[in-house]
Amino acid sequence: MIDSNIVLTGQTVAYTFYVLAIMALMGWFSYKVTRNGSGKVVKPAIFYSFVGLLVVIGVSLHIVTHETIPWKPMDLNRAEIKADKEFHITMKNHEFRLPTSKLIIRKNEIVRFNVESKDLTYGFGIFRSDNSMVFQMQVIPGHINDILWQFDRLAVYSIRSTEYSGPKGINMILRDAVEVVE
Amino acid sequence: MSFIQILTNGEKGLFKPNSLTPMQKLTLRFVVVGLIYYGVVVIEGMLMRLFEVNPNLALGVEPKQFFAIMTAHPLVGIFGSTYSIVFGAFLFLVPFLMKKPLWSIKLGNWTLWLITIGTFVFWFAGFVSHYSPLYTLYWPLPADFSQFSVLGGTFFIVGIALVMVGTAFFVINIFKTIIYTPDGWEKQPGGALIKSALGLTGLTNLFSKKKKEHLVSLPVAAIARGTVDTAFNAVVILFAGVLILIYMVAELFGVSLKHSAIDALLYKNIFWWGLDLIADGLVLIFVAGTWYLLATLITGKKLFMENWARAALFVEMVVSWTVWSHHLMSDQAQPGILKILSGEMVTAFELITQGLAFFITLATLWSARPLKMSHPLKFLLGGLLGFALAVPAGIMQADLGLNRILHNTQWIVGPHVHVAILIGLTMTLYSAIYFLFPILTNGAKLYSERLASFHFWAHLLGGIGMGAFMGMAGLRGMLRRSIYLNGEFNIYMILAAISGSLLLLAFLAFFYNIVMSVGLKGVIGIFMPSKLRTKNLLPSE
Repeated sequence: MIDSNIVLTGQTVAYTFYVLAIMALMGWFSYKVTRNGSGKVVKPAIFYSFVGLLVVIGVSLHIVTHETIPWKPMDLNRAEIKADKEFHITMKNHEFRLPTSKLIIRKNEIVRFNVESKDLTYGFGIFRSDNSMVFQMQVIPGHINDILWQFDRLAVYSIRSTEYSGPKGINMILRDAVEVVE
Repeated sequence: MSFIQILTNGEKGLFKPNSLTPMQKLTLRFVVVGLIYYGVVVIEGMLMRLFEVNPNLALGVEPKQFFAIMTAHPLVGIFGSTYSIVFGAFLFLVPFLMKKPLWSIKLGNWTLWLITIGTFVFWFAGFVSHYSPLYTLYWPLPADFSQFSVLGGTFFIVGIALVMVGTAFFVINIFKTIIYTPDGWEKQPGGALIKSALGLTGLTNLFSKKKKEHLVSLPVAAIARGTVDTAFNAVVILFAGVLILIYMVAELFGVSLKHSAIDALLYKNIFWWGLDLIADGLVLIFVAGTWYLLATLITGKKLFMENWARAALFVEMVVSWTVWSHHLMSDQAQPGILKILSGEMVTAFELITQGLAFFITLATLWSARPLKMSHPLKFLLGGLLGFALAVPAGIMQADLGLNRILHNTQWIVGPHVHVAILIGLTMTLYSAIYFLFPILTNGAKLYSERLASFHFWAHLLGGIGMGAFMGMAGLRGMLRRSIYLNGEFNIYMILAAISGSLLLLAFLAFFYNIVMSVGLKGVIGIFMPSKLRTKNLLPSE
């Protein structure tokens, strides 16, 4: 499965390009609006084309991500997908309770993390050793909170609560708690 | 004039508080309160920025205080500052544009003091007790008395409730002003005025050959539309507040109620439905309305594509009522259909409605070339840029694939939230303040044009810079509601703090400029009762 870092790199490039373009456009507009003009009104055709463009961008973004980001369709269809391995994790009193001290996963296995909160709303996130995020989900008490993931490379990851659960929650980190092996 | 004379009496002594009408005083009071609370928010923001770099730099702030500040910061910003400035401006502008008096100045003053006192109460309760469930109040955190003081929390919620009551008074005042018939006037068509104000007339005009006349101007329609969301939001926040208060009062009497009696996911849905009426409803609508007003006032031209603008306001109502699920995309128990329809699709409509407002405003300005680059115009262009940056950032995070790796990171709160609020919303408000300043002060002169220009550039660069560096940290995994004690993201946090200090300098320059323009006597005079017995907005010539 494509790594989330690659998706984030793509997003960074796309958004940076957009930011530079819109800032250049506004700079150009700010200069030109102070110069003499013809006094003509903008043609409605330009306006309608702009509206059409917005519609295309708004809809196509989600279609493109559905087709290119593998965890999106996997997440929507996760009830029908059989996992190779499943971990049941409990969260209570600002602590993670793992089934084993270290979660061992084989490369390319589809894993289901089933996380239950016994008290507050928490988050469940897997992080790389450089603190970048692989994925996260919310953990709501009284509900099933499950996520499927496929790890495609050998690595060691940390688990961290990604939702604020009061000041006691700031230390909810389990270093090197997940290991992907051959 | 010497420095002391200017500080006391204002630039050239032109500001005479005794010449102000009760309406001018009411509006100026709102602005002063809003700016003071904005100052509080900027200082809190800087403390948090320093804490993010190194907790030892943040003047002894402890983690519990850090989260208490994080809880108060957005609430003081939204209610104490933005609500004050926006409500003050709109209580003036609606009667101004409809050429009739405000329905009740007394109720306007009640709104002012309820918001002022309510904000102080919840801020102070958080300051003293460190009550810190954050503005999201995810159940059952606000009722977790193993972490938070019951008494502190009770005062905190009471403060919020006072603000909501003041908000309800604002809503009543706005709608009554639109439909009521002043003494000596012909009977006003209340129903037709409401239809026009809500954008229904504009919508039907798009599909009808026989175009109906608009009974209210477009900015009034925008204000009315946003005010509907303001009302619903107040109801939902009050509902959440009452629920939390029930648990707190029971605890004070020694009875611990079961948290599981409330479904955390259902609560979260209701809460976000209500909160999005601010974030994705009234803010976008009020801002669009203010852009339209400023564009027409600056150019003296008719608004480009006015019927589309009115129809977009109506569409935005449907959008703001159905968009909340983009906050629950990482909640696995949330139905997938809601995530796709409400979370992805409806949210994408905001790109369209806000894009329309952006284009219409620019096209209106374009039609009036050449324009002088005045302070209101440059701040208006800054506001437009802010939303042009922040809305696409929001659309990206409202995608199921991207949300999985962005939710609760600094990306959300940087390029989206802070750029939208600080650049988009605040610069639009500054544009309105610079434009209305001579009108509301009966011709007072700005102390320094250079300071106003510094205010613009420092605010623009500081806001965009801070959002950008927070976003870069977010893309590298930095969470938004967490503490990093080992300098993991220090390079971004140092750069964000430098940008934040530019925002602080911008505010100080603006505040100093305004105080020197009206003088300390003038500021005090604003809060003294008006000597003019009139309901008119402006003094007669």
